[in-house]
Amino acid sequence: MKFAILVNEGPYTHQASDTAYQFTKAVLAKGHEVFRVFFYHDGVNNATRLTTPPQDDRNIVNRWSKLAEEHNLDMVVCVAAAQRRGIVDEGEMKRNGKDATNLAPGFRISGLGQLIEAGIQADRLVVFGD
Amino acid sequence: MLHIINKSPYDRPALDSALNTGEGAILLIEDGVYAAAKGGAAEAKIKAAQGKFKVYALQADLEARGLADRVTDGVTAVDYGGFVDLVAEYKTNQSWL
Repeated sequence: MKFAILVNEGPYTHQASDTAYQFTKAVLAKGHEVFRVFFYHDGVNNATRLTTPPQDDRNIVNRWSKLAEEHNLDMVVCVAAAQRRGIVDEGEMKRNGKDATNLAPGFRISGLGQLIEAGIQADRLVVFGD
Repeated sequence: MLHIINKSPYDRPALDSALNTGEGAILLIEDGVYAAAKGGAAEAKIKAAQGKFKVYALQADLEARGLADRVTDGVTAVDYGGFVDLVAEYKTNQSWL
C-alpha cells in the first residue's frame, strides 16, 4: 500500500515530528511504500541542517535525512512556509537574494501541489501536527 | 473511519469531536493516551464509546506516561506497526488536531 505523510509541526515542539518519524519507519518496516513525506507550516523547520541538539538528545533533522537516504524517500518542504521561516536551498537563496542555504540533505523545496498529488496518488494520507 | 487523537481529553475537545461522528475506531497517541487511563475522568467516556468505536492506544506513548499497566478495560494497546495496520485497515483516517 502507498502511504503519504504530512508533518505540520516543527521539531522539539510537542511530539508530532517524532511520531511521524516512528510511523514512517513502521510503514517501511511493514513493506509498504512511502510515496512522499510533505512538511508544511512549522513542519518545515524539520528541514534545517543547522540544528544542534544536545549530544544526549535525538537529532530529529539528521534522523529524517538518514531515513530518506536509506529508503530513497521523497521529502518535500512547502516553499511558501519555508520562505516565511527561513528554510533556504540554492534556488531560493538566489531568487530571494539571501547569503546562505540551510536545507538539510534529503529534503527538497517545492509547492503545495506536491501535497495534493500525494493525496491523490497515495492510498492513505496521515497527518501529524499540533 | 480511523480517528487519531493526539491531545489529552483534559486539554482539548478532540476526543469529543471524534466521538460525535458516530462510529469507527479511535486511536489514542501522544497525550491522547491520557484518555485511556483507568480511573481517570475520561474513563466513563471511553467505556460509553466502546459500543460504537473500537478504541486503541499507542503502547510507546502509554509507557512514556506510566500508563501501560493501568489502561481502561477494552482499550487495545498497539505498537507503531499496529498503528500502520489500523491506517491500512480503515479506508479513511482523520487526525483531530
